[in-house]
Amino acid sequence: MSKDLVVNKEKTIEVSVQEADFNLAEEVALLEYNNNVDGAVVTFAGRVRNKNEGLAVTALTIEHYPGMTENSLKQIISEAKERWDIGRVKVIHRIGRLAIGEQIVFVGVTSQHRQDAFAANEFIMDFLKVKAPFWKKEVTEAGDKWLNAKNSDRNKAEQWS
Amino acid sequence: MIKIVFFATLREQLGCSELSLPTTGITTINQLKIELINHQASWQPYFENHSLLSAVNHEMVDGEHMIKSGDEVAFFPPVTGG
Repeated sequence: MSKDLVVNKEKTIEVSVQEADFNLAEEVALLEYNNNVDGAVVTFAGRVRNKNEGLAVTALTIEHYPGMTENSLKQIISEAKERWDIGRVKVIHRIGRLAIGEQIVFVGVTSQHRQDAFAANEFIMDFLKVKAPFWKKEVTEAGDKWLNAKNSDRNKAEQWS
Repeated sequence: MIKIVFFATLREQLGCSELSLPTTGITTINQLKIELINHQASWQPYFENHSLLSAVNHEMVDGEHMIKSGDEVAFFPPVTGG
């Protein structure tokens, strides 16, 4: 990779809210570049499903609160850093219109050993779901429809407390 | 003045994404909701919805949070990203 990542605790957290797609291989390479202390790299990628609550979905539009989304994601990552011994963290969340199969979200975490990266990655996703100000609207066969927040997502995040 | 922004379902229900109000008489988020209902009576059901979330200067707050001049206040439904 030509892109230099400064190996400094402060610089190892990166958050991006963007319309553009991301490249999984490139994100993994960035997490690994010049990083020989971490033996574990755990990544999660979320994509647009073709169905939700029984209705066929053709696309999603994602609205967000500029400024607050970035703050919220950084806070979630800071909490993860306090709980686990993790190295680098990258979170990407896309906004705008996304078709079926397109990538929506990426969470990448490195750590010396796998347990910390696995747990922190799941924690970040769970809290992103209930704290970060993004809202999905589905384009379905029955018209456009805002998604309702799910109790299961709230319960999942509460399990960490 | 305080700047107030609305998102997602709420923005569509109100037909408004942003407005400014003078701070006179407004001290908390709950009082601001009353002020917004006074501003437009048809908004009452939306601001009396208990699942509505609020943020001040990009931080989540509850109804008792004190607002000051220059603050940016946001109201929105529960989030659904990821």
